[in-house]
Amino acid sequence: MAERERRSAPPYGGVFVPRTRVMERDDLHRAIWRMAHEIIERNHGLDGVELIGLQTGGVAVAERLGEALFAIEQVSLPVQTLDVAFYRDDIGLRPVLPEAVTDITADLDGKIVVLVDDVLFTGRTIRAALNALGDYGRPRAVQLAVMIDRGHRELPIRPDFVGKNLPTRRDEVVDVHADGVDLGEMRK
Amino acid sequence: MTIADLLSIDDLGGADGIEDVLRLTDSFVEVTERSIPRVPALRGKTVASLFYEDSTRTRMSFETAAKRLSADTMSFSVASSSVKKGESLRDTALTIEAMGVDAIVVRHSSSGAPHRVAGWVDAAVVNAGDGWHEHPTQALLDCYTIRQRLGGLGGLHIMIVGDVKHSRVARSDVAAFSALGAEVTLVAPPTLLPPSLEGWPVRVSHDLDTVLPGADVVYLLRMQQERMTEALLPTLREYTTRYGLSRRRAERLGAGAVVMHPGPMNRGVEIAPEVADLPQAAIIDQVRNGVAVRMAVLYLLLGSGPEKVPTAERLVEQAGVA
Repeated sequence: MAERERRSAPPYGGVFVPRTRVMERDDLHRAIWRMAHEIIERNHGLDGVELIGLQTGGVAVAERLGEALFAIEQVSLPVQTLDVAFYRDDIGLRPVLPEAVTDITADLDGKIVVLVDDVLFTGRTIRAALNALGDYGRPRAVQLAVMIDRGHRELPIRPDFVGKNLPTRRDEVVDVHADGVDLGEMRK
Repeated sequence: MTIADLLSIDDLGGADGIEDVLRLTDSFVEVTERSIPRVPALRGKTVASLFYEDSTRTRMSFETAAKRLSADTMSFSVASSSVKKGESLRDTALTIEAMGVDAIVVRHSSSGAPHRVAGWVDAAVVNAGDGWHEHPTQALLDCYTIRQRLGGLGGLHIMIVGDVKHSRVARSDVAAFSALGAEVTLVAPPTLLPPSLEGWPVRVSHDLDTVLPGADVVYLLRMQQERMTEALLPTLREYTTRYGLSRRRAERLGAGAVVMHPGPMNRGVEIAPEVADLPQAAIIDQVRNGVAVRMAVLYLLLGSGPEKVPTAERLVEQAGVA
């Protein structure tokens, strides 16, 4: 669930009201498998690849990617998780609390880190995640996999693996969940 | 949850607020375990410590917490300051604030001093111990340590043993432990209990040996000899004999029981020298968790947006509560 985006979208404390279903369950499944193939193709296998899901929406996507990667390559990549709350640049502007404890167990020096998130929007979460990764080690490369790229970037950040490009209005909210992807708004 | 100051455990608004701090502490424990134990969360903020009473661990703990959040720290100790020249608490607080601080950590020998400071300044104020009144961050790190060892506080039997009368730690602990559902028993001679315990959610015992077998947590308080102005005990040795956690008493505790102490310990008075080093003793854990808990408190006060309400409104608010 795009809890992070939902919390930061005005009106604060509102409820997400879905309007359109933009991806069905099967679409989600196919996108995961295609992205898994792309990750393997790009990296010539999975040697030295670490999978890190961003709390909270990215973790579920990362877990599904991990399952697909295992089915294709028979290599098991444990999903590690990262919460970027303490690295955000909007601390002090609004309440920013971590959703969960960060769990990065691997030594990231010299590894290829695939960051996974559900929705790529302004790019500020990814900026924060890149800063956070620096405190855990020096990866050889960082790649970004997102289920939905909804545009409206505020920083020079682009994804490497995309489930679906989805043109949106700024005030809309995208919700990625197990049964598909919805587009809607926050209402009081 | 947003709070403007942390002056007493009640400021957190009961169990939910305390649980929020403990959950946030989990994230900061992860930070303190990294090879680079620092996050940029409070970059550009300044935390000043204003200590009118001696303290090593609390002051160092707060300063370490602030540094690990990338805040700047300022330290003010009475011994080397213009308080010696007769400056009042109010003037000192306003002077520190004028230097541009975002939070002031106050320790004072008078109960209520941090409340007064909070009324004078716009900066967030954290009570780091005031007289016999409260020491909220100590209670939070105690709750965190118990939760870490025993999974939670609900239904636990916690014995607070010793000089309850002069103890701000005991007052904050009673509030926090009982808010989280623990049953608290105060164990002390009548002279070391407050004159009235009306409204305290506690049981009282004067005999450690009868209550000890049922204890999940034994919390030993320091004998505060510097605060004792009258003869409350015949001798310290008699206290040790009746209320000290000796090796023999410690052996009667369950394997899962936890022994705690807010420090500094008087080994040989309230706790036998070797008991402090048993596996049941969580005293070093308390210190370790103190940094993460204080990171959580500073982060909640300084990192969560809405500014503090104006001073005048706050005064009315406080008057309304009192």
